[in-house]
Amino acid sequence: MTQPLLSVENLSTWFHTSSGVARSVDGVSFAIGAGETLGIVGESGCGKSVTALSILRLIQPPGRIEAGSRIMFEGKDIVTLDDKGMRGIRGNRISMIFQEPMSALNPVFTVGDQVAEVARVHGNGSRQDAWNRAVEMLSLTGIPSPEERAKQYPHQLSGGMRQRVLIAMALMMTPALIIADEPTTALDVTIQAQILELLVELQNRLGTSILMITHDLGVIAETASRVVVMYGGEVVEEAEVKTLFAGAHHPYTEGLMNAMPQITASRGRLNVIPGTVPSPTEWPSGCRFRDRCSYAWERCEREHPPLYQISGSHTSRCHLAVEPERRAHPHLPLVEQANATV
Amino acid sequence: MTTATNRPPADASDSPPGTPLESARSLVSVRNLRKVFPITRGILGRKVGEVRAVHEVSFEIAEGQTLSLVGESGCGKTTTGRAILRLIEPTSGEVRFAGKDILAMGPAELRAIRRQMQIIFQDPVSSLNPRMTVGAAIREGIAIHRLAEGAAADAKVGKLLDEVGLRREYASRYPHEFSGGQRQRIGIARALAVEPRFIVCDEPVSALDVSVQAQVINLLRDLQKERRLTYLFIAHDLSVVKHMSDHVAVMYLGKIVEQAPAEDLYREPLMPYTQALLSAVPVADPTVVKQRIILEGDVPSPASPPSGCVFHPRCHHPARDAACSKINPPLEEKAPGHFAACIKQVPTTVSWEEQLKAGGVNPPERYLPVVEQLSRH
Amino acid sequence: MNSDTPLVQPRGVAPLRGWQPSRGAAVAASVVLVIIIAACALAPLIAPYDPTVQPNILASSQPPSLAHPFGTDPYSRDVLSRVIHGGRVSLLVAVLATLVSVTLGTAYGAAAGYARGISGAVLERLLEALLSIPRLLLLIAVFAAWREVPIKGFILILGVTGWYGLARLVRGQVLALKAQDFVASAHALGATRARVIIRHILPNVLTPVVVAATLGLGHVIVLEAGLSYLGIGVRPPDPSWGNIIQDGSDQIAAHWWISLFPGVAIVLTVMAFNVLGDALLRELRPRQIETG
Repeated sequence: MTQPLLSVENLSTWFHTSSGVARSVDGVSFAIGAGETLGIVGESGCGKSVTALSILRLIQPPGRIEAGSRIMFEGKDIVTLDDKGMRGIRGNRISMIFQEPMSALNPVFTVGDQVAEVARVHGNGSRQDAWNRAVEMLSLTGIPSPEERAKQYPHQLSGGMRQRVLIAMALMMTPALIIADEPTTALDVTIQAQILELLVELQNRLGTSILMITHDLGVIAETASRVVVMYGGEVVEEAEVKTLFAGAHHPYTEGLMNAMPQITASRGRLNVIPGTVPSPTEWPSGCRFRDRCSYAWERCEREHPPLYQISGSHTSRCHLAVEPERRAHPHLPLVEQANATV
Repeated sequence: MTTATNRPPADASDSPPGTPLESARSLVSVRNLRKVFPITRGILGRKVGEVRAVHEVSFEIAEGQTLSLVGESGCGKTTTGRAILRLIEPTSGEVRFAGKDILAMGPAELRAIRRQMQIIFQDPVSSLNPRMTVGAAIREGIAIHRLAEGAAADAKVGKLLDEVGLRREYASRYPHEFSGGQRQRIGIARALAVEPRFIVCDEPVSALDVSVQAQVINLLRDLQKERRLTYLFIAHDLSVVKHMSDHVAVMYLGKIVEQAPAEDLYREPLMPYTQALLSAVPVADPTVVKQRIILEGDVPSPASPPSGCVFHPRCHHPARDAACSKINPPLEEKAPGHFAACIKQVPTTVSWEEQLKAGGVNPPERYLPVVEQLSRH
Repeated sequence: MNSDTPLVQPRGVAPLRGWQPSRGAAVAASVVLVIIIAACALAPLIAPYDPTVQPNILASSQPPSLAHPFGTDPYSRDVLSRVIHGGRVSLLVAVLATLVSVTLGTAYGAAAGYARGISGAVLERLLEALLSIPRLLLLIAVFAAWREVPIKGFILILGVTGWYGLARLVRGQVLALKAQDFVASAHALGATRARVIIRHILPNVLTPVVVAATLGLGHVIVLEAGLSYLGIGVRPPDPSWGNIIQDGSDQIAAHWWISLFPGVAIVLTVMAFNVLGDALLRELRPRQIETG
């Protein structure tokens, strides 16, 4: 990859609360090339959404982006950009699609007004131009009879249609990057298929980069070219999608893939990852996954694993990279042992 | 209404392939269940229309087995589950549990039978009373049905916590101290406390993370084996359903449009809607090239369902024609134990003459698009 | 729930919205209230003078002094004693009127929330109609017509006109609770209606009722003071904070102490109730309801 479009370097976003410092995002680095789709996958509390909000600097106190974090985008560091510069980026060069299309739209304005508003905020063209472009964008996202639909209110549209409206809003200024945070999680599976197809098609046509944030490995497999796996506020594995699905290295990624019920698999017991995600105010020492890991040994408690290079662009934050022979000896994870002794 | 042709006969649909028929005794039987919600307007609630949430739904579940109801939001699967337990009063139909007519029961009789029929909810937040300790929540059923008192009840609560994989000392804590997965386990313990035979699992894992979801699915399966439980498993996630079910019924706009043993349904879906649904599921394997059936548009409003086959406006069956919008397709046996509602999928009991009369131009044919795609994997 | 979007805040940490009283403020408010209530309850023991006796008409409207820390009023009565005794009346009126309101409001709200169909709709419309009546104007009209209202009647009327807002609150809570799965779950376990209401609905309604009652106390104190100031509440010579202020209102610039001290008492008490109400709201609310 040549000069990346966006590169996140050592991003830390912490929440300074009365019950301690929650290190929700803790030293995350990754990059997205022009026209590329990067997937970030992880479960609740892994820090993937906070990462997305940090890129747009939408973190509210008591959260803040810590010193030493850099988010380079088109030659500028977003972390230190002033508010005016930031407004020029939000919705213009980088736009966002949220999970819940109903709450992301204002119920008292027509959807056409809201899509057109994006152009008005970024101050080019007349009201009529903005409206025309809004209708054009609604039509691009596959909304039938867009002229009439533009005059309707959000509650008059179905969930799938609302998500198309949000995509139209995101595309209004032809941004270089779209951050899609669980864009299909609230939708039914047949509608999800429509929306994913639309996103892939629009990307091919417009060459926009997409940062696809999801908990669903299936969505990643179908849309992304590269994937970052997050756990405990950190990147634990990064690879080309094909590499990752052919052979995950990190035990968490492996566990996630095995735990996922697959429509292609036959009926049977699912493999589980025991225990639950630890609290961001008290990540375990050493490797953050070690309590739940079936390979963990004493080194994992003592030494926080760095991102090891596995091959080419495949990296993994697991000591198995340097002691691969230990993979042959799985055992009961710590949390299981704790439960067994109670 | 000729119920005999509209309803899968119990024996055929409830026995897994190769099982002797007599072992498949049905514990729950539902016949022509209907639920209509009025649409009201104005200050005194004048009725201006109605929503057919559940329409002529029939099925049976054999003891110790799992029937899954799948479908997208608004298809009526949740309403069906709650109507069976009379948490929502059905408009008409028949529900039998172990031979007893549930809908004919008075309040006292109904409260007594509820010991045997339980429900697990989707939302781990709203399904537990925030002002009740975990122990009190689990004890509630024990107290209502006077199953144990004092120390005996405490011991029972402790055993239930063990059984669902939680520590005994959690009994004195409040729900907000627990994660979603743990709360779901508490909800399961609460339902199990009254030693039910049948449990409606209403999307029990859809609010959970993948790794926790797998834990709860395995727990539900273990409990079923140990306690010989019968499940009605309601879900929208077809991958989860595949792991849970003996039989699957697919719902669309309040109707069951396909019903079959799980293996058959996933291997050879016959109703075009089921085919689209299965093909839409993202597969976590980037090497699979999918021929996806992308459905056009949205599900129509259940307040004004399409005439004839409710799926016809979005259908991709190559033989779809005017007859589909006129003829109400019966849920008929297309293969042994495999029922589907489609007059264009052979074999069909709706004769060609009848279809011609209704404006049909394309004769029925065998159409299996998803099979090709999945077999390549 | 599958994503971590709502988890911008770490689990268990309530987001701060606007100013909320700190624990210290709540403690201070409680201390102030305890002192005021104790003083009022023990008024005959604490008050240095009889509040209604006019000892020396020549010593009228004396500024604060050692003998009369709050000064004297135009009838030479000791203002401190009158404020203490007046607080007794004001607080008693407020507490009893609020009790009447809370009882009526909870009962009506619960009934309106539980009732379905026509009766539910009728209860709802009636409540809306009642809510549209301006309370202060109604009270002025009633008490202007009923000049010689006894204190019991005064309390009752304040209570009867003060429950609509609470009823609406309770109705909303009951409606929301009825839709919660734990209520369905209790029914599914075979619980009777009575059990569901007592074990599941009421404990969850209680918090907003307690909070509303605390905030309502402050409101009634102000209302009582206003009416008494207008001369249609608590009648002289019985002191209440409102009519003491009125005693001094003719010459507020020259004899400021007569109105100032009861005014301060009102402000302190009302503020203390409000701070306490806000603190209760935060402390009693289970975290679950917040996110749900």
